[in-house]
Amino acid sequence: MVDLRRAAAVVGVHEHVTRYAPDKSELQIQGESIIKALEDAGLDKGDVDGLFTASMSVRNSGLNLADYLNMYPKHVDNTTVGGGSFEFHLAHALNAIYAGRINCAVITYSTLARSGGVSVGTGGVSRFGHPRLDPSPDSFEELYGLTTVGLYAMIAQRHFHQYGTTPEQLAEIAVAVRHHASMNPEALFRDEITVEDVLRSRVISSPLHLMDCCVITDGGGAVVVASPEVARSCRHRPVWVLGTGEAVAHQGAGKRDLIYVAAKQSQGPAFAGAGVTQADIDMAMIYDSFTITVLETLEDLGFCEKGEGGEFVSGGRLKIGGGLPINTDGGGLSSNHPGMRGIFLLMEATRQLRHQFEGTPRQVPDCKIALCHGTGGALGSRHSGGTVILGRD
Amino acid sequence: MPDWNKPLPTVVGETRAYWDACRRGQLLIQHCGQCGEYQFYPRGICAHCWTENPGWVAASGKGTVWTYTVTYQNRTPGFDQGPYVLALVELEEGVRMFSNIVECDPREVSIGMAVEVTFQRATDQISVPYFKPAG
Repeated sequence: MVDLRRAAAVVGVHEHVTRYAPDKSELQIQGESIIKALEDAGLDKGDVDGLFTASMSVRNSGLNLADYLNMYPKHVDNTTVGGGSFEFHLAHALNAIYAGRINCAVITYSTLARSGGVSVGTGGVSRFGHPRLDPSPDSFEELYGLTTVGLYAMIAQRHFHQYGTTPEQLAEIAVAVRHHASMNPEALFRDEITVEDVLRSRVISSPLHLMDCCVITDGGGAVVVASPEVARSCRHRPVWVLGTGEAVAHQGAGKRDLIYVAAKQSQGPAFAGAGVTQADIDMAMIYDSFTITVLETLEDLGFCEKGEGGEFVSGGRLKIGGGLPINTDGGGLSSNHPGMRGIFLLMEATRQLRHQFEGTPRQVPDCKIALCHGTGGALGSRHSGGTVILGRD
Repeated sequence: MPDWNKPLPTVVGETRAYWDACRRGQLLIQHCGQCGEYQFYPRGICAHCWTENPGWVAASGKGTVWTYTVTYQNRTPGFDQGPYVLALVELEEGVRMFSNIVECDPREVSIGMAVEVTFQRATDQISVPYFKPAG
């Protein structure tokens, strides 16, 4: 494989901090975010020649966005594979930059899941605003009352059965992520919680409690990715793309091995491309739609053996100061989860690698290499996984 | 016929045989004459060996609960009135399908539990396969 290390860098990020935006359009949030992310990079409209986006609510999102922005991208990509789409976008932007097609790409997303009253987790799984496609598995799922929470709950139940994982261990993940949210003034929920708080919250779909589930917010943001030449002229030191991997999982034609997630397939190319191992990762942004998502992803990324995730996440390992700090912005479990969350993983990893929080408890000490893993779709049925490894010089 | 307010499947060419059989109280699954593999959900090609026109066989209708969840919150009509059991059932033939476990207390459901198919008539065209504890 071609060595793509440092062939592109994240040079600008902006998280639209709104968690509730009833008076804005999705496109407006994206437009505002792009302006701010370019400011962060020290670039402007004329520098951007690639456009990457995904949407939960509109088809042809790349077309609509290019029109709204009055932009003529040389490369447009609206790969939409669920919440982890943005890790895919970064990998695709890297390829396009390496190929010399573009020099600077914007990845952007927004949604109004909260003000729109979208039942992201507790409506039917195909109720994401897209029309029913047939023949599709929807006709063999919807009629049984599948929900997103229900699918993840079934995965958790099987993990409990097969490996002895406990609700207390899942709760440890929510506790660690909330601890990080307590340090993020923008997070939706900032009060520290205990394992008992999680277990006392109501059961949505057994064995998952309310606090095992992510929040629902509005929001969005933008990430600017650029060639090494452009990156060296930007305001911040480059956050290099070191390795990427992408996968879709759980096909099997009815013989799905649901105990593994797409991370098992996507992590190999990412680590091999980056030339690093799990032991080199200083912090990780792990898609946390649910606590079980984090546990299975950590196992399949190779941070521990399959089935040992419950023990791995216990004892504060996932907190800053622990062995593998994750989701230092408060994650989807506590900070924000506007329908799809993968873009925020890239932003927080970039902040940490810039040492933006130096001198505060939120900074992962001496952070040099970070891993982002986005999960899209739903574990238990069709889902995607995108792994990205980022590093600073 | 009682009012059916749950979602209904869309019947298309490649799934019609499945739903026609359900209406007769029979669970059909696809079995490929080329590679000998079973598949679920039904589709117009064998997804294992990529040949066309996989054949149909009657499943025994018996299986076990591979995993399940008791769902308390779902805004979908028909599922918004109290808990129900959503399960992934592994059929004797080896394929797994989503269904609900019915005719038992949700607290009695467990992984590995033996179940068998039962049908409920939704409309004149559609009967839906569910699973109940094996008798």
